[in-house]
Amino acid sequence: MKALISEDIHLPVSSSSQPDGTLWTLRKKLFLGLTTRQYLQQLRRNPVNWLLLVIFAVGLPLLLQRYIYGLGSVTHASNDYPWGLFLGFGLFGMVPLSASGFLLGTTVTLFGREDFHPIERLALLNGLLGYFFAVVYLEVDLGMPWRLAYPMFVSLGPAAVLFLVAWHVATYLSVQIAEVLPALFEWLGRPAWKQYIKRIGLGLTIAGIILSTLHQGALGALFNYAPTKLHPLWLSIEFQWIHFLCSAVFGGLAMVIVSSTLINRFMHWRCGKAFRENLERMTLGMAKGASYAMITYLVIKLVAVAHDNEWELLLTGWGFYYLMEIGLGVVLPMMLFARGVRNESVRPVRIAAFIAVVGVVWNRLNTAIFCFNYQLYQDVPYWKEIWLTVTLYALYFIVYRFIVYRLPIVFDWQESSMDK
Amino acid sequence: MREKISRRSILKNGLLGTVTALLLRPKAGKAHDIKKYPDSMGVLVDLSRCVGCRSCEAACRAEQNLPEPDLPYTDQTVFEELEHGRQRRTDETRFTVVNRYDPPDLGHPLYRKVQCNHCQEPACLSSCFVNAYTKTPEGAVVYNPDVCVGCRTCMIACPFYIPTFKYSSAFSPQIMKCRFCYDTRLKFGKPPACVEACPQEALQFGKRDELIKIGRRRIEENNGSYVDHIYGEYEAGGTSWLYLSKVPFAQAGFDMTVPHAPILDSVKNFLGIVPMVLTIWPALFAGFHLLATRKDQARDNARDNSQEDAS
Repeated sequence: MKALISEDIHLPVSSSSQPDGTLWTLRKKLFLGLTTRQYLQQLRRNPVNWLLLVIFAVGLPLLLQRYIYGLGSVTHASNDYPWGLFLGFGLFGMVPLSASGFLLGTTVTLFGREDFHPIERLALLNGLLGYFFAVVYLEVDLGMPWRLAYPMFVSLGPAAVLFLVAWHVATYLSVQIAEVLPALFEWLGRPAWKQYIKRIGLGLTIAGIILSTLHQGALGALFNYAPTKLHPLWLSIEFQWIHFLCSAVFGGLAMVIVSSTLINRFMHWRCGKAFRENLERMTLGMAKGASYAMITYLVIKLVAVAHDNEWELLLTGWGFYYLMEIGLGVVLPMMLFARGVRNESVRPVRIAAFIAVVGVVWNRLNTAIFCFNYQLYQDVPYWKEIWLTVTLYALYFIVYRFIVYRLPIVFDWQESSMDK
Repeated sequence: MREKISRRSILKNGLLGTVTALLLRPKAGKAHDIKKYPDSMGVLVDLSRCVGCRSCEAACRAEQNLPEPDLPYTDQTVFEELEHGRQRRTDETRFTVVNRYDPPDLGHPLYRKVQCNHCQEPACLSSCFVNAYTKTPEGAVVYNPDVCVGCRTCMIACPFYIPTFKYSSAFSPQIMKCRFCYDTRLKFGKPPACVEACPQEALQFGKRDELIKIGRRRIEENNGSYVDHIYGEYEAGGTSWLYLSKVPFAQAGFDMTVPHAPILDSVKNFLGIVPMVLTIWPALFAGFHLLATRKDQARDNARDNSQEDAS
């Protein structure tokens, strides 16, 4: 793509009309303003696509196998570990990393911090896709995926925590679609439609905060159902929901830093002026926010250990693993964040963000799989389950890239190309 | 970029947010009280009477139309079977299993029958978001496959590791678990198939309240040979199936960490915050918004005023 842009000054497409004044056709916009041949050429040139192809070559048949022969054919079909990687990673891991939408929405719209505006859309998109793919993972994991809407319309069990998760994820998904729609409207050349969304902007943001507080917390509270199965260090009946909510705050921020870093590095051609010029400042700002959330999280974690009087558990093997998770997954990135913010250098911050993202996912996997049934045995997921999880993540990557390539997420859309 | 916030728009948006929140509000905060089931039936299992003949397993298979096992029921080698270092458990082909234990102080092996304990306040039921589970007045916890989504939260929630999933089916998977022979027997006042098949009277069917009295009496009358505890009287809020043992329950594979309070209790404090967040958050954050943006407005006003003064 970079090479093609240097050949043609009209690229990339970032306005509704072509240089000669006529409007870009939808087809042209889909092909990034390239001819079909050029488009295929740039697809082939990118080594990442070949890697994706390999993942799909094995993953798609596995997906088919899952839908024809049942979950048992691609997982260990464990009755002791009913939730595996699809939920452990796909739902419990993806959702906290998608808190970015509500966090940046709150920062910009609610607190009026317009200086974070250039990254708001990326955060919203990151949130939307994360949630959407959490549902995709769920659709692979559910025994009867065709009954996804049952808890909403057919048979309601409102006293269950999962009921809350289902409703809130569904409504929050709609809220996030509404928040990302303006970008689509601009790309479609219908800027007037944005007005409707803009008017309810604050309402959407507040709805986002409420729904996020509750379902991020509810995902944690789901484990309160297993007080005898989950290791006590990973389960605090009183504080579980706060732990999940609080770690989602820095998880979400760290994920936007990671995502924006990758986009700035590998899709620099796509980044607009405002995004490029403000990225470092915004990265440091988010790092500051994340490190505050991390210290809060550490304090609540400590309070939970004290509250349940689990000090002696810290001296066991599990306790060592617990301290390792906290040390590598939270304390280390927190220090790096703090250092980066103090020295105003983005490099440690970006490394820290990557570690923090891994740390949050690690915590969720520990809660859902590794420290679950700690009195029984360890279940190591079947390779097919791992491969399918990676395949779905690859799909997420493709959709993410597809949208960032086209919609005005990291650049501003112009009505005519003359504005450039 | 930011729209002008007028008092009218803030009221409008605030109201909209509140109304939305009210409409969305799931009644999750209302956790119900433990129901008493005065007519609940139950089964009292006396571990000291069980000889491990597995007649109950065979009767269950026949009653519930489950597949024939690989080994005949007379085969004693199943007691040696270990999967992941554990003895046999319920799965999609068997709703009950008998396992053998060798308590150190007892000169002979001890057998324990495992099946759904039919809790008074079932964790599977309270964790189910589509109401697939019902606790019947007769005491059975029955599952309805017609509304189940297959999320398997009930399997996470059950402290006894009872519900299992039919992973082998892509088109009609479902939760597989003991139903106390509800449709075929319990409903008509008859004991479940396993109880009827027991040649040792190790399983005694009756009203739960009566069984607790019988259990207490048996503990008293045998001068301390029984452990002074009926497993299931209080565990997980109380279960319809009750156990008597002459050796400590832990030696017969019982999980003694299961709390006496229902599993639902550990979720209640989270459910309690739900209405609070739904009602307080909108006003709180709308307030934050006003405070956070007031400064800009004040500055604009000040600038306007000074311009007027200058002119």
